[in-house]
Amino acid sequence: MRFEYAPAPESRSIVRLRDSYGLFIGGSFVSGSSVFKTISPATEEVLAEVTLGGVEDVDSAVAAARHAYERTWSVMPGRERGKYLFRIARLLAERAREFAVVETLDNGKPIRESRDVDVPLASAHFFYHAGWADKLGYAGFGPSPRPLGVAGQVIPWNFPLLMLAWKIAPALACGNTVVLKPAETTPLTAMLFADVCQQADLPPGVVNIVTGDGGTGRLLAGHPGIDKIAFTGSTEVGKEIARQCAVSGQRLTLELGGKAANIVFDDAPVDQAVEGIINGIFFNQGHVCCAGSRLLVAEPALDPLLDALKRRMESLRLGDPMDKNTDVGAINSRAQLDKIQSLAALGEEDGAVRWSARCPLPDRGFWFPPTLFTEVSSSSPISREEIFGPVLAVTTFRTPAEAVAKANATPYGLSAGVWTSKGSLALEMASRLRAGVVWANTFNRFDPASPFGGYKESGFGREGGRHGLEAYLDVVATDVAGTLGASDV
Amino acid sequence: MSEGAQVSEGSEVSVAAEAGRIAVRKTYKLYVGGAFPRSESGRTFEVTDHAGGFWANAALASRKDARDAVVAARKAFPGWSGRTAYNRGQVLYRVAEVLEGRRAQFAAEVRLATGVCRDEALAEVDAAVDRWVWYAGWADKIAQVRGGVNPVAGPFANFSVPEPSGVAAVLAPRDSALLGLVSVLAPAIVGGGTCVLVASARYPLPAITLAEVLATSDLPGGVVNVLTGQVAEVAPWLASHMDVNAIDVTGAPGGLADDLAVAAAGSNLKRVLRLPPVAWTADPGVDRMFGYLETKTIWHPMGL
Repeated sequence: MRFEYAPAPESRSIVRLRDSYGLFIGGSFVSGSSVFKTISPATEEVLAEVTLGGVEDVDSAVAAARHAYERTWSVMPGRERGKYLFRIARLLAERAREFAVVETLDNGKPIRESRDVDVPLASAHFFYHAGWADKLGYAGFGPSPRPLGVAGQVIPWNFPLLMLAWKIAPALACGNTVVLKPAETTPLTAMLFADVCQQADLPPGVVNIVTGDGGTGRLLAGHPGIDKIAFTGSTEVGKEIARQCAVSGQRLTLELGGKAANIVFDDAPVDQAVEGIINGIFFNQGHVCCAGSRLLVAEPALDPLLDALKRRMESLRLGDPMDKNTDVGAINSRAQLDKIQSLAALGEEDGAVRWSARCPLPDRGFWFPPTLFTEVSSSSPISREEIFGPVLAVTTFRTPAEAVAKANATPYGLSAGVWTSKGSLALEMASRLRAGVVWANTFNRFDPASPFGGYKESGFGREGGRHGLEAYLDVVATDVAGTLGASDV
Repeated sequence: MSEGAQVSEGSEVSVAAEAGRIAVRKTYKLYVGGAFPRSESGRTFEVTDHAGGFWANAALASRKDARDAVVAARKAFPGWSGRTAYNRGQVLYRVAEVLEGRRAQFAAEVRLATGVCRDEALAEVDAAVDRWVWYAGWADKIAQVRGGVNPVAGPFANFSVPEPSGVAAVLAPRDSALLGLVSVLAPAIVGGGTCVLVASARYPLPAITLAEVLATSDLPGGVVNVLTGQVAEVAPWLASHMDVNAIDVTGAPGGLADDLAVAAAGSNLKRVLRLPPVAWTADPGVDRMFGYLETKTIWHPMGL
């Protein structure tokens, strides 16, 4: 029996977007030389005009960050820095609904997710790191670890505010100042965050936000005035930055792509596993670097699991991201939709069998139905390449060793999942999967206290927890640039 | 140089013979997968002692040798990383024991290679032994120092553990015959990683003699593989190798180190260790050891 849902749209009334946003440099909004428009991917409606940061804009943002670093932030006692971060955490929580609505409008993700995941976690990240600011000497990196200086941070469009928080909170807690470049398609919550910085009376120049496209990101990552680069995005761009840093000597952390295996044993509780698989690949339309995009199922469990999975996929509600009952929102951009469609087509050409949930797609905006592929070969593009969309590749295995071999047969190593009711098997699998995060009998869980980051070509460095501080402190550690800060150890 | 132990006190000749007897000289080969093969290329290069006298012909490793060594290191990785930390500590301590037993031989080789006086050579060997002991003790401490329990806001068991990156290429320092070599080698394997070590081109022979120690210390074959030859020839293939996960460029001169770092980044985002120069006698600290480690975070729900 199928129940129909009445529309339950979240109100936009709390949001008053400006027509045009400048760049946030030195504590105030300044205009730049050219602009571009940001749209809602669900309706293609223009939301606002934002500034395309150019050479001079990046220069002045870096200079503002340097000035604030030297004059204010690096010499401020940690407990005072921490109080600013606590303020920001509280302000984000106070304005949570506004942030959630803007995030959903700009990104296309369901309001349920931005409201329950993105925004609360962003606030929690600031609250968590605020407490570190005056305790860095106890973090295990020497008695008085120093900040690095000015951090250039480039973030993706899949969790715009949350990635901002992952980047800015630890950087500031450790005494660095930042220049952040939001993704081209999702600049608005960062602009709103600039407003939060003003409300918090954060000293000018501690946080600078330069909107723009990939070119702006390159300008920032290649800027000689930056001491540390933090990038979250594609492995291709990550390698480009890494090569550059190998020569320039800048410190670097990277959080890149993934092609996670979600492994289901035949003793797994099916209903829980199905929810975990759904969450793993359809959360945020699959725009998740750690998405469980490869489902490995123990052969005897395949048929009942697929039946249950398809039944559940049919019940997913795709559509208006502002509707509180929506499970699957809009694909973030036309370009991303094209990429998903072409990879799905390649999968079909390669002989994999496609099955998509029968859900009507809205006429306007960018949409892709929840989809799974069976009979997928290990060499198929849909087994190997990060699709970054709601597309699941299903294969089988017979032994735990085969599951491990298949799961690890990827250049990526960001995350993995395992489902079994046998504790010893879960722990053994967790130790043999070559990935930075392993979810056992759960998936896609995040917490500011929990280190997150990849093995292999998924990048290096951790975000979150005590481990995440290392990325923003002048401790001698390895990085691809091979550029290690002078050690006073 | 197995006859090294018989080199008489103060002697600086490369071939020593006891009265009435012709010494049996050692052939210095590579160390790959627990065996001592010649270079597949059939090439050697002449190694001289500190005074310029002939010492031996060392194997001149090729690209193929480097690749074979990576295969051996990869093959050894699951077993070595799967050992208990306690066991790895015991094996490293065993290395120290065996090295201590060959103290005179290594002191003679260090003297022959560098020309330092007897006491200095012995001090270097002793420091090398102590360094293995230091790292042996680290094996089962790393996880508690580097890992931990994460207090997440939800009903989950959540903990982070250090794990080895995988296969490392280690370019031994050019200026050290033994202590620098041990100081870059031990941290690469103590956490469970395996490695391909490229010996100093200037002092390649103590590295091969050290391989004899490793081969008789319960260290599984393939955990450490030793290549002798020209760093500039071999290292670029290791830096761009898609099955190498980390590289320590200590033994590469500045310009080459830049090139290697770029190749390491552009190929498969290797972890590059490029630490500031240190006196090998100084406290080694933890940076080099931690540089070979990843952090894995594991979540599991809790509930009735």
